[in-house]
Amino acid sequence: MIDTHRTVRQVADESYGRLVAFLAGRCRDLSAVEDALSEAFVSALESWPETGIPAKPEAWLLTVARRRLIDAARHARVHSETVPTFRAAAEEAQAMLNAETEFPDERLKLLFVCAHPAIDVNVRTPLMLQTVLHLDAARIASVFLMKPAAMGQRLSRAKAKIRDARIPFEIPEAADLPRRLGTVLEAVYAAYGSGWDDVAGTDLKRKGLATEAIDLGRLLIQLMPQEPESRGLLSLMLHCEARRTTRRSATGEYIPLSDQDPLQWSRPMIDEGERLLQEAAQMGVLGPFQLEAAIQSVHSRRLITGFTDWGTIMLLYEGLVQLAPTIGGLVGRAAAVGEAKDASAGLALLDNLRPEMIQTYQPYWASRSHLLRQLGRLVEARSACERAIGLCEDEAMRAFLKRHMP
Amino acid sequence: MKYSILCFESPAEFAARTDPSKMAAYWGAVGQYMKALKDAGVFAGGAGLELPDTATTVRYRNGERLVQDGPYADTKEQLGGLFIIEVPNLDSALEWAARFPQQPGRVIEVRPNLMPMEPEKP
Repeated sequence: MIDTHRTVRQVADESYGRLVAFLAGRCRDLSAVEDALSEAFVSALESWPETGIPAKPEAWLLTVARRRLIDAARHARVHSETVPTFRAAAEEAQAMLNAETEFPDERLKLLFVCAHPAIDVNVRTPLMLQTVLHLDAARIASVFLMKPAAMGQRLSRAKAKIRDARIPFEIPEAADLPRRLGTVLEAVYAAYGSGWDDVAGTDLKRKGLATEAIDLGRLLIQLMPQEPESRGLLSLMLHCEARRTTRRSATGEYIPLSDQDPLQWSRPMIDEGERLLQEAAQMGVLGPFQLEAAIQSVHSRRLITGFTDWGTIMLLYEGLVQLAPTIGGLVGRAAAVGEAKDASAGLALLDNLRPEMIQTYQPYWASRSHLLRQLGRLVEARSACERAIGLCEDEAMRAFLKRHMP
Repeated sequence: MKYSILCFESPAEFAARTDPSKMAAYWGAVGQYMKALKDAGVFAGGAGLELPDTATTVRYRNGERLVQDGPYADTKEQLGGLFIIEVPNLDSALEWAARFPQQPGRVIEVRPNLMPMEPEKP
């Protein structure tokens, strides 16, 4: 009995996304597919203890799920054309039950659907986490700081849009691919949270779902091995993740990157990140994630060289803001210029940013305070520091900034 | 849109307001939060409230007036103050709620304010 439960959970963990992708690719109704699959898992819990675990659990679940889908479609009679498509999917599932072939992995198509430009940018990541990784909506809402009821509505609206606008379940054409892959990578990175921590006192804001994001990053490389930017993204996440535990002392105090002991960083993660970045470089197409990974790689190199090469970091940021002038990149560049050249050059770059971009962007104020203090403008430095504290979401960061108030 | 950020505090948090070893941290954090709200141009009002035991409740039961000492809700966490903010949507209201200095025993509730009623036409 317990074994059956464990098996069902294992199949759910390993195959949920693949089952959703396979069924949704045929009937395009993600909500209906999710409902049918959860019913199939319930059936499995009921019947497997009696019948034993089937030889191909995924195909078994697929058969039950598509039967539910056909029943539901007949019942609703809303999309009458869906019944034949379900039938086709059913036959395919039956064929798979009999055949020796492996269950097809169509999750890449599902990832492209979730991050489709027609889907609201704020719901792309939650949609991926729910449909591919089976995370529950309540947890996603907490991580993304959203009212759970509102998150549920946004997810349903997005699924209705996929169905009604007939967003295709397919890999985009070569001409469209770089742009479309970009939105997928950004959505995965949004699940990670943020990696900008080269400025002391930068609140990492969303802690994100690091493990899940790294899993999705690995999946992307497995499904699209020829894309250098996927490698860039995973490399970036691994370099940041390698320092996760060293960002806090044993008593929970925040430790800025410059004060961290590199020997405490995770060497296997850094090594993997380095290898991925080299592989990406050999593919010969540069992109923003490779540049961000390269910046973090320079930080990681302190483990070997004992110092931080700010000149190189500055050049990489110059390249990054050319490709993608995001607020994170622009503030990061100003901080790097402040280190590599001098504080006034860094401050001049911060002064150039548009006020509406920086109003509530905590790293800007932390960085500004740091540069003003170096220039001896202590009253302004203090005011910027207070604003940085007021914008913090993290208590340890708040305490750190207070201790170091100019 | 206007939203109210309601700050509920535990007895320990209320005590920190006047505890010499904790009061600087308590008031400092609230002050910096307030500064960030004002500098970002979203602050639209609010007030800190005195301790719950200074409250008086007035209610009517079977047409009879009943005045009692103490706050209305009989819960461990009590309303300690509120901020009114003017922001485009609930997402940004929740971002501001998340920035309120968190402590164990502190709960933040965010609610949309009712739209002001249209003045009656003569």
